[in-house]
Amino acid sequence: MQVGRTEFVFVLLLFICSCVNAQQTEVPFDTLRNLDNVVVWGSRDKEIVPSQKLDGKRLESLSSFSVADAIRYFAGVQIKDYGGVGGLKTVDVRSMGTNHMGVFYDGIQLGNAQNGQVDLGKYSLDNVESISLYNGQKSDIFQPAKDYGSAGSIYIRTRRPQFDEGKNYNVRVAMKGGSFGLLNPSVRWEQRWTPKLTSSLSAEYVNATGKYKFRYRRVLQDGTTAWDTTAVRQNGDIQSFRLEGSLFGKLIDGQWNVKTYFYDSEKGIPGAIVNNVWKREQRQWDRNFFAQGNYKKTFGDYELMINAKYAHDYMRYLNPDTTLMYLDNKFYQQEAYISIANHYSITNNWDVALSTDYQFNYLDATLQDFVYPKRHTMLWALASTYSLGRFRAMVSLLGTHIIEKVTRIKYAEDDELLPGAETGTPDNTNKFTPAVFMSFRALKDSNDLLFRAFYKRIFRMPTFNDLYYTDIGNIALKPEFATQYNIGVTYQHDEEEGFFRHVEAKTDVYYNHVDDKIIAVPKGSGQYRWMMMNIGLVKIKGVDVQMNAVMVPHRDWMLNVSLKYTYQKAQDFSDPTDNDPVAGTYGGQIAYIPWHSGSVIGNLTWKGWGMNYSFVYVGERYHVSSNILANHEEPWYTHDLSLTKDVKLWGCKVNLALECNNVLNQQYDVILNYPMPGRNWKGIIKWNF
Amino acid sequence: MKRYLLILFVAFVVIGCRKDVVVFIPEIEDVDKGDTIVNKWALDNEFESIDGFYLLNEGNMGSNKSTLDYYDYASGTYTRNIYGNANPTVPKEMGDVGNDIAIYGDRLYAVINCSNKVEVMNKYTAERIGQINVPNCRYIRFHDGYAYLTSYAGPVQITPDYKQRGYVAKIDTATLQVVDTCVVGFQPDELEIAGGKIYVANSGGYMVPNYESTVSVIDIESFTEIKRVEVAINLHHLRADNHGQLWVSSRGDYYTVPSKLYCIDMNTDLLTDSIDVSVSNYHLDGDSLYIYGTEWSYVTMDWDITYGIVDVKKHELVTKNFITDGTETKIRMPYGIKVNPITKDIYVTDAKNYVSPGTLYCFGKDGVMKWSVRTGDIPAHFVFLGKRKKTL
Repeated sequence: MQVGRTEFVFVLLLFICSCVNAQQTEVPFDTLRNLDNVVVWGSRDKEIVPSQKLDGKRLESLSSFSVADAIRYFAGVQIKDYGGVGGLKTVDVRSMGTNHMGVFYDGIQLGNAQNGQVDLGKYSLDNVESISLYNGQKSDIFQPAKDYGSAGSIYIRTRRPQFDEGKNYNVRVAMKGGSFGLLNPSVRWEQRWTPKLTSSLSAEYVNATGKYKFRYRRVLQDGTTAWDTTAVRQNGDIQSFRLEGSLFGKLIDGQWNVKTYFYDSEKGIPGAIVNNVWKREQRQWDRNFFAQGNYKKTFGDYELMINAKYAHDYMRYLNPDTTLMYLDNKFYQQEAYISIANHYSITNNWDVALSTDYQFNYLDATLQDFVYPKRHTMLWALASTYSLGRFRAMVSLLGTHIIEKVTRIKYAEDDELLPGAETGTPDNTNKFTPAVFMSFRALKDSNDLLFRAFYKRIFRMPTFNDLYYTDIGNIALKPEFATQYNIGVTYQHDEEEGFFRHVEAKTDVYYNHVDDKIIAVPKGSGQYRWMMMNIGLVKIKGVDVQMNAVMVPHRDWMLNVSLKYTYQKAQDFSDPTDNDPVAGTYGGQIAYIPWHSGSVIGNLTWKGWGMNYSFVYVGERYHVSSNILANHEEPWYTHDLSLTKDVKLWGCKVNLALECNNVLNQQYDVILNYPMPGRNWKGIIKWNF
Repeated sequence: MKRYLLILFVAFVVIGCRKDVVVFIPEIEDVDKGDTIVNKWALDNEFESIDGFYLLNEGNMGSNKSTLDYYDYASGTYTRNIYGNANPTVPKEMGDVGNDIAIYGDRLYAVINCSNKVEVMNKYTAERIGQINVPNCRYIRFHDGYAYLTSYAGPVQITPDYKQRGYVAKIDTATLQVVDTCVVGFQPDELEIAGGKIYVANSGGYMVPNYESTVSVIDIESFTEIKRVEVAINLHHLRADNHGQLWVSSRGDYYTVPSKLYCIDMNTDLLTDSIDVSVSNYHLDGDSLYIYGTEWSYVTMDWDITYGIVDVKKHELVTKNFITDGTETKIRMPYGIKVNPITKDIYVTDAKNYVSPGTLYCFGKDGVMKWSVRTGDIPAHFVFLGKRKKTL
């Protein structure tokens, strides 16, 4: 018994120690204040169901390079990561699929009508202030109709200029470098022109060879090595440039801002590692431009918000590999968007809002038989919140009307249009989708214990690729629906004094089902022919548990620990005939969704020093929903460490950081045959004027 | 309490940790009663006896999951994934997308398309002997000590448009080296050797909508292309029968031009006939050409699947459904077909959704299902292991 206890304490210590390596770069007093902001989930006034949020120093210290790296730490999230600096990284929340996620950049959705996926690896954290994840939707009613239109949403908010007393400018020059031949200089300049007008300009350049060693190994049944091979990941190079400029204005009872964003990149696509092929040659070029604006003003009980955006995206894919089919495809996408949101407070505890949006998408591509689709989307959302004592509720209804037009220029040899449904234009879509959010404050005099629940039904449109991609596309596709039910509870408590300054625990239990899921099915005559069809059905049961504590063990010391755990049973019910009890896909866990996953972040600060430890765990998975040994994927988990120090140098504030990621050099694949990097290093210096 | 927490923690660490991945252990299943297959009336080139067959699973592109299964008649057992066990030291196993399999002499040859190689193995043990490196290789045939292999990856022409011719590689089976190449049409698929000539089905599959429509005829002695026979667009398979005829399948363009079966007279090398039947794959046994056709219809937005037999002597479609017990409704995506030349049992594979394990169905000659078994992903290509009356 005694021995057991000692061991337990030792293990616990070890565990805590491993959580404790944290980083925080400000003096403890500031830190405390900052962290209090961090741990408050969203804004308690407006949102009924809280978000998961990473911001400020917390975000900065996470050893993350892109938005995708940071999102890994959220509960309920799976990242599909093809590895490397330039590798595709997409996010899937609660197993509903990437296409159900809305990603919002400074309040306006990042669109990709072509394939519906936003590559979060492309968005650098350099200029990002906070990232929030909402399940269902942001339960704030004063928002554009688009914000009601996804099954889950990620809000990326870029930094807004803030100036110290008596200072009208901030300049930050930063340099990151390290493994993968990474060279990443960036500069940010913020200026206050008048008390009501500020600006920000941010530029960044990334250059990396993307090379890293990876190792594959198999053993015999007796544990001895069968084969063991190490190689260098090739064709993972990237060169990118980002330029972002914003103007922020203040009005009487209001504000406005405009923003332009430009991104240009060329990268290699490293591809799958298969027998006899260890190097690929495919390349991709991206050029994204958007300009967007936001205007918000309050007129007594009435509030008005206008958002507008124009985006132009270019993508070129080249396969010069002579052992494969030569491809050189270019895609041009355009998007125009405007939204007007109105909010009115009828009484103190009853608010209503009406938002109307219009969006236009156009895709041009250098593909054979392409149909140049144009999509007009009209959205309106009517929403209301009501508070009654400790009970709050929000109800919203979203109306979506989509008109799509295609231009066919392909005729058969005898000048006749191609037969059947292929010649048609898809049916107009008219859908109405509701959402209900509720919360209940269980304790009379505090916000410490909150119960919540939500229901939401929403759909995603088939993408232009799903509908029209030459040969694969299926014009008869219908929208894919996701329905979510969620109940949850939060306990949190703050103290001014003592060891624990803040403790928080959250649990959510949910059930989702995705029906009419759009999946690729074989079209016969050889395996290179596929077709998109609405035949998928997935049911997901899950639990998210989150815990967070802020501790002050001693004067000047602060420790912040958070733990997240997710359990998901995401079953494929698409094909009732494929019901073999061993190998059938019916009822099997869907591809790449682990039953167990979680993360630990520990953050310790002392004076100008900071230490950060983060751990991501993804449990065993299968790479298809036939859950047999041949499709099994081992768990993977990485430990990341970083050390930071703030110094004053010639009157400037300088932040120094050293990161070591995947400390234990684990060799793993997130996606079959796409090896991930082992141990890697990064050094960062940020010079603030 | 604390002790339980500790146990829980340790259990978590033990269960949750990454383990070494063991090379594939073959899975053996009893599927049929054992049977010895002996042919008492074997003619020249026919099997005297058959021990079993190999089934090559393609594996979805990029998955590197091409696997080899084996069915043994004597024990009636089906063994999945024998390559890993036979060759535990080969990194990344057999490879990506198996496209053809053949036996010549004592060796088993598996054409692994996306791994740009032909894996050469011992035909009894599947132990690796070596490999033949040919990029984007498709189909293999043998003649007189040489292997002939089609490949898409021939010379590239940039102007005015990017075009890449295919070729046939001539490989010395003793050294496994390419000794000569003969350039043919665009994206050549199956080839057949008969009457001192090599016939190659050119598809032009990378050149949509400008498909190829010819069969290349190569003189085997000089290894040069001597003729092109105009047949139909997007050719795939070809097979010579005992009557000097070559049966060629066209995939069509999947839109207006349907898949069809064509007949070439090999004496004149002229197109002589065609039969209106959709052909995805076939197997010739004697005078019976066993065919399945999966044709996507943009009208019904579904597949039209036929399981037919063509009498190559009479040029007649004998039946449109050789499966007689209704099992065809269970088969979602037929992919491979083979007939045991002695028992006349028919084997049809179902590739299902291409990413999960497939099924092999065995039908008696009456078209009634005898047994079925789970295979690897995309079960596709067969070869019988047995004793031939006269070795080739």
